[in-house]
Order: sequence, then C-alpha cells, then structure tokens
Amino acid sequence: MTNETDKKLTFNERLMSIDRRWVFLVLAIFVVVPLILGFSVKPVVSDEVRAIYDFVENLEPGQNLLVAIDYDPNALAELHPMAFAIMEQALAKRLKLVTLTLSQNGAGMAEQAVKAVVDSVKMYHGYTPEYGKDYVFLGYRPYFALVILGMGQNFRIPFPKDYYSTPLDSMPIMAKIQNYDQIAGVIDITGSNVADAWIAYGNGRYGVKVALGLTGVSASDYYPFYQSKQIIGLMGGMKGAAEYEFLCKNPGPATEAMGVQTFAHIVIIGFIVIGNIGYFLDKREKAKRKKEM
Amino acid sequence: MKRQLPLLVVFLAGVFMVIQYFVPAEFSEKAYEFLIDWTIIIGIFALALGIWSLIRVSYHKIKTKQEGYFYSYVALAGLFGMILFGFTFMGGLESYMFTHFFDHIMIPIQSTMFSLLAFFIASAAYRAFRARSVLSSVLLIAAFILMARVIPMGPLSDAVTVVSNWILLVPNLAAKRAIWIGVGLGIVATALKVVLGIERSYLGRD
Repeated sequence: MTNETDKKLTFNERLMSIDRRWVFLVLAIFVVVPLILGFSVKPVVSDEVRAIYDFVENLEPGQNLLVAIDYDPNALAELHPMAFAIMEQALAKRLKLVTLTLSQNGAGMAEQAVKAVVDSVKMYHGYTPEYGKDYVFLGYRPYFALVILGMGQNFRIPFPKDYYSTPLDSMPIMAKIQNYDQIAGVIDITGSNVADAWIAYGNGRYGVKVALGLTGVSASDYYPFYQSKQIIGLMGGMKGAAEYEFLCKNPGPATEAMGVQTFAHIVIIGFIVIGNIGYFLDKREKAKRKKEM
Repeated sequence: MKRQLPLLVVFLAGVFMVIQYFVPAEFSEKAYEFLIDWTIIIGIFALALGIWSLIRVSYHKIKTKQEGYFYSYVALAGLFGMILFGFTFMGGLESYMFTHFFDHIMIPIQSTMFSLLAFFIASAAYRAFRARSVLSSVLLIAAFILMARVIPMGPLSDAVTVVSNWILLVPNLAAKRAIWIGVGLGIVATALKVVLGIERSYLGRD
C-alpha cells in the first residue's frame, strides 16, 4: 500500500516528504561519525560570554562567587561543561566558591560537578581546594523564588545546614557570608525559569550581580535582560560553553561536541534546503499546469 | 462563610505581600518569613498529594491491567526504592545504591529523552521551514544565519557572528520584550483579579 502511494508521488513531492526515519538516520550518522573521528571547531567568542569570563577573572582572590547548578540531568550535555569551566576558573583563581541547587534533580548534578572540578583543580593547578574553607555545596531546597528571597536576608534561613548536614556556622567559608552583600556575583546555570527568579529577586530586589548559563533553546529569551544590564552576561547552549572553555584555555566536553553540533546543523540546513527546492519546483510546476489549462 | 473566608485570607495575604515588598522594616521581614514558612508547609502537602496521586494512578493501572501496566511496577519500584535508599539508616544521599541509581539510571534516562528531541527538531524543521511567504522567508533566513553561527566558515565566521548577534540583540529582543511586557501585564492583571476576588477558579468551582 505504501509503495503504491510512493509511486504516485512526483519527484518534487518526494523532496518535500522524505520519511522522517531517513532524516533520523542521516542525522544519527552525521552525529556519530564526527564523534568517532574527532573534529573540533575554533569558537568565535561573543561579547555576552566574554562578559562573564571577564567578571570572574577580575574578581580578587578570596572573594565569594555563587554558582547555582539549577538544572536536571536532561540538560546535562549543554550545561555541565559551563559549570565545570566556571567553577574550575573560580577555584583556580582562589575565589571562595558557594554552590547550591534549586532544581529537583540538581543535587546529584551539582555534587558530581563539584567533585570533578575539585579533582581537576588538584591535578592541573597544583592547589587542593578544601571543603568548608574554599568551597561549599549547600544542597537543594524547594520553591526557588522563596529560597532566593530567603538568601537575600540570610543564607541560614533556607540553608541552616549544607548538603552533608554540616551547620553553616561551623564552616570558615560561611563565617563572613550572611546574605548577597558578601557575594560578588551569582552565576546561574539553568534550563528552566529559575533564571527569572534570580533576575527578579536576586538582582531586582537585592541587587546582586547575576549572569546566566542557559540551554540553547532558552538563551534567546534572556537577551532583553542582558541589554538592560539586569544580567551581566549570558552563555547560550553548547556553543556558549565552548566559547567559555576557549576563553579559559580549558577545552572540555563542549569544545569536543562542537564538531558534532556543526555537522548536525549542516544536516538540518541541508534537509530544509531540499524541502524548499521541492516546494519551489512543485509550485512552478503547478503554476505551469494552470497556465496550460 | 465557606467561600468568604478563603477570599478574605487571599485578599489580606495578597495586599500584605504587596505592601511588605516596599517596606524594608524588621517587622515586615519577620511577617514575610512567617508567610514563607506557611508557603513551604502548603508545598509539602502538595508534594504528598502528588506522590499519593502517582501511587493511586499506578495502582489503578495495575489492578485493571491497562495497556503498559508493567511500567507502573517500574515507576512504583523507582519511587519507593529511591525513598528507601535516601533514608539515613539505608546510607542516605551518599549511599552506594542511591548515588548509583541516580548516576546510572536517572541521568542516562533524562539525557536520552532530551537527546531524542534533537531528532524530532530536525524532522520538524525540515517539514515546517518553507519559504511560503515573505515573513516565513525572513524567519528561514534568520534561522539559517543563527544555525550557521556554529559552523566553521573561515573568514565568513566573524561576519556571521556579527549578523547573528544583531538578530538576537535587535529584532529578537524587540519581539521578546513585547511578549514579556504582555506577559507581565497579564500576570499583574490576574494577580489583582485573584486578590480582589474576581478570579475564583482556585476555589475549585465558580
């Protein structure tokens, strides 16, 4: 039955209605092959990514930076590289790193990222960050807007203890941190609307500097906030992460994935072009037939 | 009284939250904290309700042997398993089982679901992006430029970056800002309607 229907289709129609399974197969091939062969792309750094890098780079050693790992495993591929690059840059610069998560499945993500970064700093920077002194992981609390507002008054309201149930007051890193006044900036890495709350409450109400690391699909939503200077910088998707890794001279998973992303985009563009060629040929043919009649 | 009391509570809480936002005094902050605690308590009840609902739906599926009822066993096993291994007497959040379930089941499942989206986006883009009119052609060209941003094009790369940044920071921003302002006004209007008791659908029926 399907074959009979296929036979009736003209060449133009075929161009316009390629079975989606063929699209999936071609895309899969173009994703897997560059992964196996290895193909890298040098990123062109955008101003909004450079702004975050410069902000962290210009902080003095000992200043406190808050990195919010507000994403679930579904956005891991895009957002983990951002978290790795920023946290490694911060610890290597001897900043005091405060991390937390406002995403339900984010605690596992954050713990994984923090441990990996600490190991990397030990290995590549010859410095062993100490838990409770150089960095801390506060854990997860529900109702992100309330937590962000609560921290504006005192971190101890939403987080009396850290992720490992250690009282905040017993850790040297938290001794001088009461609220956002002692935090140089917040870098929120998220794929959800937690970013809105950081902008509205963190920046709007308490005036803390906020930068965002976002998934590719949500990045364009936040450009208005970048232009109005409500956020100091913006990283969008894997490309943003690769740019940040490039700036940090720390090529990682995002840089590696740029090749795959490039090929995937070429495939998608190719299919769109094929569909449009079919569409225009079909339109011309129909117009010609109409004229002849 | 059954309807007037909740309306009064909503009105008082709504008006108080608006006023306290502009009053940076200690009493206002204390009262605000008190209300936040209440929100958390209500949220915990909502969580319990959600878990109960999941258990009920799954149980019903298993009992009536609906299509794919086997997956309800998996959902319930996952739910109770993670809760159990999360308890301190079973090792807590750092226990081998809890961390391994999370790292080797939860993360791959969620990542896979998200990755599959790329394939559907490719297929949808192929079908939907047709230059049918001037507006759809403009959209198509803009999409091409933004997609070309991550493709190495030699000396052209810089130009593509400049143009794509312009698209994001000018036309995209103008459209987004208009949408955001519209959404913001809508939120304010809805909030006012709730506080003033005009919108009562949250009471269950009107």
